[in-house]
Amino acid sequence: MSCLQTIQDYALRSVGIGERLLPRTDFTLCEQVTLIGSGMIWNIYFGLVAIALGFFAATGMALAKNSRNAWLRKPAEFFIYVFRGSPLFIQMFFAYAVFVVLKQSVPFLAPFTSAWLGATLVLFLNTTAYTAEIFYGALQSIPKGDLEAADAYGITGRSRFTRIVWPSMLRLAWPAYTNEAIFLFHATALVFFSGFPVWQQRGDALYYASYFADKTFNPFVPYPILAGFFILLTLVVITIFGLVGKRLNRHLPQAVIRRPGFMRTLMR
Amino acid sequence: MFSYCTDPSTLEGLTWLSCYLTTGKHMGFYFSFVTVIVLLLITAPVALLFGFAGASAARSRFLPLSLLGKAYTAIVRGVPDIAFFMFFVIALDQAFEYLRHKVKCPDWSEPIRQGSDFVVCSQAKLPLSTSPQWIHETYGFALAVLTFSIVFGAFAANVLYGAMRAVPRAQLETAEAYGMTTRQTFWRILVPQMWIYALPGLSNLWMILVKATPLLFLLGVEDIVYWARELGATKTARFSDYPHGNWHAIYFFGLLVFYLMLTSVSERVFKRITRRLSHGQATAAGEALRKATQ
Repeated sequence: MSCLQTIQDYALRSVGIGERLLPRTDFTLCEQVTLIGSGMIWNIYFGLVAIALGFFAATGMALAKNSRNAWLRKPAEFFIYVFRGSPLFIQMFFAYAVFVVLKQSVPFLAPFTSAWLGATLVLFLNTTAYTAEIFYGALQSIPKGDLEAADAYGITGRSRFTRIVWPSMLRLAWPAYTNEAIFLFHATALVFFSGFPVWQQRGDALYYASYFADKTFNPFVPYPILAGFFILLTLVVITIFGLVGKRLNRHLPQAVIRRPGFMRTLMR
Repeated sequence: MFSYCTDPSTLEGLTWLSCYLTTGKHMGFYFSFVTVIVLLLITAPVALLFGFAGASAARSRFLPLSLLGKAYTAIVRGVPDIAFFMFFVIALDQAFEYLRHKVKCPDWSEPIRQGSDFVVCSQAKLPLSTSPQWIHETYGFALAVLTFSIVFGAFAANVLYGAMRAVPRAQLETAEAYGMTTRQTFWRILVPQMWIYALPGLSNLWMILVKATPLLFLLGVEDIVYWARELGATKTARFSDYPHGNWHAIYFFGLLVFYLMLTSVSERVFKRITRRLSHGQATAAGEALRKATQ
C-alpha cells in the first residue's frame, strides 16, 4: 500500500472519516506519521477552543479578582485557587466522574461525558484560572502614569478600560500568556488518559502513539514522531503569539538590536 | 480491623463506614499517599542535580557539551511531559535490559528485536522473573523516579541557567581580579549567590512537580489515582462485602482536596524560605526586610 493511499485512508481517521480498522501488523513509518498527525486534530481542537473562550473568561475573572467588591473578588479568588492548586489530571477524573453521575438524573447532560465537550470544558476552566492569575498580575503592574494620564484626559468607564487598561494588561501579560498557551496545548494530551473514553478509536496524537508503542513494543519510533508534531505546534504557537505581541508593543520605542550575522557567529 | 466488622452486611451508618474505611484495600490506598510523598522527596533533589548538570553543561565553553545541555532543556520543554513519561518508562526499561543482555549473554546470536517482540536472555531480564513481588514494585517505582527526574531536571536546568546568568557580572569579575580560577569562581562565587535568583522558578517548579505526581498512575505504579479508580468503582454484593454504587466522584474529590492542601502548605513554606534567603541580599525584597527591621 503506497503512502498516498495511507494518507487518504487515515489522515482524518481521528474524526471518523476514512478507513475504519486501524493497521494491526507490519506498521510502516508512513502509517505511524499519518495516524499520529491525524490525532493532532483533537489536540488542536481542544487547545484552540479552550484558549479562545478562556481568554475572555480570564479577562473577566482577572477584573473580578481585582475588584473592590468582596462579592466579586472572593469567588474569583476561590475559583483561581482551586484550579491552580490541584492537578489538571485529577480535575479531569473528577469532572468525568461527576458528569457520569449527573447523566443518570439529567439525561440532557449526556454529551458532557464525551471528550469533545466534557474535556473541553475542564480545559477551558483550567486555562481560565491560570490566565486570570497572569492577567491579574498584569493589571497590578500597569504603569501608574498611564492611568493618571487617562484620568487627566477625562477618559472614564468603558473607554478607559478598552483603550488604556486592557491593552496595557495584555502587553504586560503577553510573554507569560504565551507560556500558558504552550502548556495548555501540551495538557490536551492528557484528555484520553484521564477517564474520558475514546470512542471508536478516535483518539488524540498521544493515544495513537501509545497504540503503536503497545503493538510494536518499540517506543523509539512513535514517540519521537509525536514529539516532532508537538514541537511543530509549539513553534506555530510561538510565532503567532510573537506576531500579536509585536503588535501590542508597536507604540513603544523599539530598542535596536544588532544581532551578529549568522556567518559571523560561525566564523568567530 | 475492628471486632464488629466480621459481618458487614448487618452494619449501618457510621459503624459501617468505620469498617469500610479500614479494609485492607483502603490501607493500600492510604499507603499510596506515602508513595506520592516519597516520590516527591526523592525526585526533587535528584531533578535538581540533573538540572544543575544540565545548566552547567549549557554554560560550558566546550561547544558539544553546551549544545547537549541546551538540547536537553529545549526538547523536554517543547513536548508534553505525559508523552515523556510514557516514552521513558518503556525506553529506560529496554535500555537497561539491552545493556545487561550485551554484558551477560555475549554469545546470544538471535536479534533482540524480532518483529513486535523485544527478546533478551532470561538472565538479563529486569527484574529477574524469579525475584519476589516487592522487587518488581520497587523497580517500577525506581523507573518512575528516574523518569520524573529526567523530565523535571530539564525544567530545573532552565531555571538554574537563568539564575546563573542573573548573578551580577561584577561579582564574577571581582573574583577573577582576585586571581580565582574559573572553577573557583564557579563554586565559591556563582553557586552560593544564584539560589535567591533561582528560588521563584524552583518554587514554581515544585508546584508543577506536585501537580504532575498523579501521572504516576500511567507509569504502572499503584498510586492514589489507581486506588481511587479501584475503590470508587461500583461494587456488587456478589464480589464485595461492602457493596456500593459508583463513588468515583467522592474519591476524586478527596484527591482534589489532598492536592489543594499539599500546594497550600508548599506555598507557605516557600514564602518563608524566600524571606530567609532575601535577608541581606542586594535586591528589592532584601531592602524591604532591612527597612522593616530598622
